[in-house]
Amino acid sequence: MTSADFQTVLPEILLSGYAMAALLAAVYTTKDKLAPTLVWATAGLFVAMALYIGVGGVGERTVFAGLFTDDPFARFAKVTILLSAAAVLVMSQDYMTRRDLLRFEYPILVTLAVVGMMVMVSAADLITLYMGLELQSLSLYVVAAMRRDSAKSSEAGLKYFVLGALSSGLLLYGASLVYGYAGTTQFAGILTTVQDGVPLGLLFGLVFMLAGLAFKVSAAPFHMWTPDVYEGSPTPVTAFFATAPKVAAMALIARLVQDAFGGVPGQWGQVLAGLSVASMYLGAVAAIGQRDIKRLMAYSSIAHMGFALIGLAVGTAYGVQATLIYMAIYVTMNVGTFAFILSMERDGRPVSDIAGLNQFAKKEPLKALAMLVLLFSLAGVPPMVGFFGKFYVLKAAVDAGMVWLAVAGAIASVIGAFYYLRLVYFMYFGAEQEPVDSRMGLVQSLMLVGVAAIMVLGVVNLFGLEPIAASAAEALVR
Amino acid sequence: MIGLEHYLTVAAALFVIGIFGIFLNRKNVIVILMSIELMLLAVNINLVAFSSFSGDLVGQVFTMFVLTVAAAEAAIGLAILVVFFRNRGTIEVEDVNVMKG
Repeated sequence: MTSADFQTVLPEILLSGYAMAALLAAVYTTKDKLAPTLVWATAGLFVAMALYIGVGGVGERTVFAGLFTDDPFARFAKVTILLSAAAVLVMSQDYMTRRDLLRFEYPILVTLAVVGMMVMVSAADLITLYMGLELQSLSLYVVAAMRRDSAKSSEAGLKYFVLGALSSGLLLYGASLVYGYAGTTQFAGILTTVQDGVPLGLLFGLVFMLAGLAFKVSAAPFHMWTPDVYEGSPTPVTAFFATAPKVAAMALIARLVQDAFGGVPGQWGQVLAGLSVASMYLGAVAAIGQRDIKRLMAYSSIAHMGFALIGLAVGTAYGVQATLIYMAIYVTMNVGTFAFILSMERDGRPVSDIAGLNQFAKKEPLKALAMLVLLFSLAGVPPMVGFFGKFYVLKAAVDAGMVWLAVAGAIASVIGAFYYLRLVYFMYFGAEQEPVDSRMGLVQSLMLVGVAAIMVLGVVNLFGLEPIAASAAEALVR
Repeated sequence: MIGLEHYLTVAAALFVIGIFGIFLNRKNVIVILMSIELMLLAVNINLVAFSSFSGDLVGQVFTMFVLTVAAAEAAIGLAILVVFFRNRGTIEVEDVNVMKG
């Protein structure tokens, strides 16, 4: 335990300390009246930590006797997680205040979940992996059930808890088998063991762990909790679920398969490819019949996770780079889209019915245009940035000789485009009826218009994302 | 002589009972919480057995972590269940049905 060890985990320590201090401060002073301040303080701290990690972090270091690693890959994921969590926090404040939902526990639970995610992406050992994952999951179960007087929200929390605990159990059983057959919990040790061949027990362990993690990224066929939890949770919580935890779980899959099982891509490549194809098609087909925009976004996220998994399934450094770029673009698009969904209301009550979008463009042309850009980007229509995300993963598949996967992805993205374009159709040419109101605070409008602008302007060079993702991927894939 | 495989078989059986308890149970959500505990305890048996037979202590350290997390998980699960009961007045599995899916 040297000072270098603690230096490396400084952001996590600071955030945990902040969470406990904020909890004490809020309990002993004005409780929920302190919540708006806490939201801004938390978001500010997230951005500060993102800057500290993104600008200040150099090199690769594994600390605490091989439990925790800090490399460009972890830093890329952490910056994405912190920035998206900060964006979701500040844009949900207005919504939560008006619906009397803003309790001081919310920013604190989000902070704890974010610490869990940061530990997940830095895990170099099965124990660290499990502790990070559980810290994140336990915080998320609570925020899903945060609207305590709503039957829907508590049911969402219950379903999420039961299926989340089941997935943790699967992951843990897998971890115990991996430990038993590899003789060590450290990723580096497992990597050395598998080079002399993979015993059957180790393979079982790997499959159990991948199944548990597939629950967390909501990849089909482990997706069944997603639509209900997205629909039932309060919309700001849904926005949070759709962004940071997905990046963390995807990064954790990459970390596990590359750091611990990097020597035997043949053992997990097919599993991930299967999950990816199932998610892409299920997400694309099942979203078509949805009437609720939050459920639709749930299926949309399932499909997007399928695309992101393509990059991991091919097992090359370029594939990991493509996945990182895809996830960064995906969370940006979702922040913008949810800024709009948060603003949908009728007579002051939140609505999420798709039919309410009919003729929306006549009422609010600017917001409709921003949404049009976002939906085109989610669908992957060139020249929006969302197209480049898909382009990178498909190119990675073709380069690695998995042409069938690329073809399957291209077909799924065409099917998936239908339901995004249907929303655009409703907004511009829908049946004559009174559209929903869209009441936005300054922050939400900035998010919506800003993200839409990013989706158009990013075409030039993706804001320099590509080289950063490349160095992150090279640090992971050796 | 009881060997490693005996422990692994018991753990696997408990784990499968836990999974079936979650999916086949049509009565009560409390039973689901018990099934989750059963799964985690099966994992603990696995870890301790591997640890003991390979002479490596890390597995037992892992078990301590799992026990702690399982306690936290049960607490949160029961808290969510109480909130659910206040809203719906029931904890029957068949009544967890406001949303389809």
